[in-house]
Amino acid sequence: MKKIIGYGSAWTVMPGDTLNVMVSTYGPDRFRANLVRVICGNDDPDLDIYREEEIAAPFAGEYPGRDQLTVAGSYVTIPSSPLMTGLGSFTVQAWVFPTTPEKGAQGLIANWDDATASGFALTIDDSGAAAMRLGDGSGGTVEVTTGKSLAKRRWHLVSAAYDAAAAALTVSQDFIGPQFEASTSASATGAVGFTPAMGSAQPLIMAAMPATHPAGRPGASHFFNGKLDRPRLVGSALNLADSAALGWDALPHERDTSVVAAWDFSRDIGGATVIDAGPNGLHGRVVNLPSRAVKGFNWSGTEQNWRHAPQEYGAIHFHDDDLYDAEWDTDFSYEIPADLRSGVYAVRLRADDDEWYVTFFVRPPRGTATAKLAFLASTATYMAYSNIQWTWQEHFGEVAECYWTTMEPGEVFLQEHAEYGLSTYDTHSDGSGVRYASRLRPVSQMGPKTAPVWNINADTHILGWLEERGIEYDVITDEDLHNEGVALLEQYSAVVTGAHPEYYTTPMWDGLRTYLARGGRMAYLGGNGFIWRCAMSDAMPGVIELRRAEDGIRYRDEEPGEYYMEFNGEYGGLWRRLGMAPQALCGVGTVAVGFDVSGYYIRKEASFDARAGFIFEGIGDDEVIGNFGFFAGGASGTEIDAADPMLGTPPHTLILATSEGHSANTMIVPDEIGLNHSAMGGDQNPDVRADMTFFETPGGGAVFSVGSIAWPGSLPHNGYDNNVSRVSENVLRRFVDDAPFAMPDG
Amino acid sequence: MYEIDPSRTDLIEEFDQNPGGPHSPELALVVNRLRLMPMEERIIIVCTKRHVEWTLAKMPKVRGAKLEYYDDLVFDDYYAATKKVFRIRWQAVTGVAPA
Repeated sequence: MKKIIGYGSAWTVMPGDTLNVMVSTYGPDRFRANLVRVICGNDDPDLDIYREEEIAAPFAGEYPGRDQLTVAGSYVTIPSSPLMTGLGSFTVQAWVFPTTPEKGAQGLIANWDDATASGFALTIDDSGAAAMRLGDGSGGTVEVTTGKSLAKRRWHLVSAAYDAAAAALTVSQDFIGPQFEASTSASATGAVGFTPAMGSAQPLIMAAMPATHPAGRPGASHFFNGKLDRPRLVGSALNLADSAALGWDALPHERDTSVVAAWDFSRDIGGATVIDAGPNGLHGRVVNLPSRAVKGFNWSGTEQNWRHAPQEYGAIHFHDDDLYDAEWDTDFSYEIPADLRSGVYAVRLRADDDEWYVTFFVRPPRGTATAKLAFLASTATYMAYSNIQWTWQEHFGEVAECYWTTMEPGEVFLQEHAEYGLSTYDTHSDGSGVRYASRLRPVSQMGPKTAPVWNINADTHILGWLEERGIEYDVITDEDLHNEGVALLEQYSAVVTGAHPEYYTTPMWDGLRTYLARGGRMAYLGGNGFIWRCAMSDAMPGVIELRRAEDGIRYRDEEPGEYYMEFNGEYGGLWRRLGMAPQALCGVGTVAVGFDVSGYYIRKEASFDARAGFIFEGIGDDEVIGNFGFFAGGASGTEIDAADPMLGTPPHTLILATSEGHSANTMIVPDEIGLNHSAMGGDQNPDVRADMTFFETPGGGAVFSVGSIAWPGSLPHNGYDNNVSRVSENVLRRFVDDAPFAMPDG
Repeated sequence: MYEIDPSRTDLIEEFDQNPGGPHSPELALVVNRLRLMPMEERIIIVCTKRHVEWTLAKMPKVRGAKLEYYDDLVFDDYYAATKKVFRIRWQAVTGVAPA
């Protein structure tokens, strides 16, 4: 159904930056591009709040359409070397942990040119067995297979040795799985009736086979699912015993001088480089973000932190649906002009009756601000969710969301085009959890007119409201905060969050916390915020890493022994489990999730405290707040947060209002309970509630929190004239007033 | 495991009256049962024109595969589509076609 898609080279830009725009069409031979400012992206016709503003831009116009290639699947590539192509007798080996041996042919280590049948290819064949292929350089091949499938999710040492003198090729797989299981060890030897042609011009590829895609683009195919550890190339034919000894040896080149390469994946974890620890330095790189910092064949369980025992984390887990950078060709570029005001923008692409928005955020030049208020776009969270498919691929998705699976055209497109990759909510095709999510690819939910209304589209409820109420704002993003820390925020008197600022890197967390301590103000107009610690990478920008350690609403299990992130070595998981719960940052933290019915807020005694007087100006003493709204009819819903002194809510925090009216399907989150029981839902459990809180900081700052994703969805109600809007405006007007807040007496 | 009593056509009528929920405890059990059908047997809703048109389809077993559309089932009202899904799944689970 989709006829046009695209993405930009960046999500956040400033005047002077150049944004490259990549477009692909499915059918149409032409498309049109225009620049729009996104003011409110919710195009529900019953609300009549959608607003975009077309802006003149030099790139506006028609362009020829084309189908751009995307290839998912991670692998290692090592540049071709005479040391490989000049081999006579040789041995190639690796520890192999296949996760889908049944899926068909998969490359393990290959320096193979299919066009000429040159080189070698160590593979898993169609029967799931280890196999080795040699070519004569003119189309002739010989392949030897063990004939026995490798065991799924078990380690094997897979080796192949070509003995030129004996004109024989031996391939073996040595099972080191649990002692209670049947061994899948096997080996086989075959005659080679030609002198192998080792002159492949292709790079050496691990976890796939070399391939040349259309237009001569180098790449790979036949992707391997599973882990490889200690791949080695040796310039002699080793017998099975010597090959096994080599496989167990951490420094094989120290005792075997014929070692050509001994790649050590435990080196440069967190980077894109693959290091050859042997004497020849045949280094390479990873493509499409396979998972590093994963348990190797020799993991003992003594250490859970890869930094403490890197020698036991020498594996890489590859997936056939990993994708980092789609690497499309640029269709046109846009230099951000100096006079373009800060805001949310999009390149609107149209082809036939279809359209797509390439959304991006324009921030002021570094070190400057054009408003006293900053809207902090939750781009880390947008990335975490990018191309999420959990809702229609999870058996319990419908009962979790309380809906009948309903797919929008963009979601149908994702289902039918697996090459666009997954979100951190999904599982790979081999069942392992997705840890990385990139913005360097088309992201179907990243823009206006998307459904379900979530992330950026939900956040535009706030932008549309700011515009409607005449509150000036700049837009900054999580990536900016990650890179610049408190210096970015200190340009502003106050920061307003989006509806769902869920994922935070440590620099983001530290920057925000320092800003508030130094006198900054934050209006947290959302829920389920500041929950998960994630990481970003300087080596591989445009992606977040997430390890869903321990508990929380995880959507998938994290692999034991792999709770420490690859990008920076930090322990992943909930900030709460790190001893820094969101309650200590913003007063509230997530307690419940539910999507069928939203509740409303009832004022508490603390709301009549003089300290909170400015918040409730124009609000009646008994007025129910937010018993209306886009998200299931109320301002307190979907994912809600409450105060908890035990988790760090500051003692002087005013709990201004608390929500009621939640349904049985709004249930306590796993991190809040020690056991399941028969009163989990909001119809019975008093802990299922959102708390509206306020507190000051000693530096003159203040924090206001509503603890509900649904809150911004109530802002547009009744033409933006309602008590959710009034409370929010009261807060922001005061927060941009530089008069310091005073701590309460005592 | 809760099993639907196909003679409880009153629950179908209740769903028709309020397809978006929240539902009575008994109907909630029925809805959950229908929402837990095996993935490969589920009939789902596909929006074909935003806010205007919906149709039904069968989910493929694997990622990357095409949906199987029911082109004769096209709706201009979302809740009408949900009522049809409810009936199709009711029949699939109980073996009894709703009236």
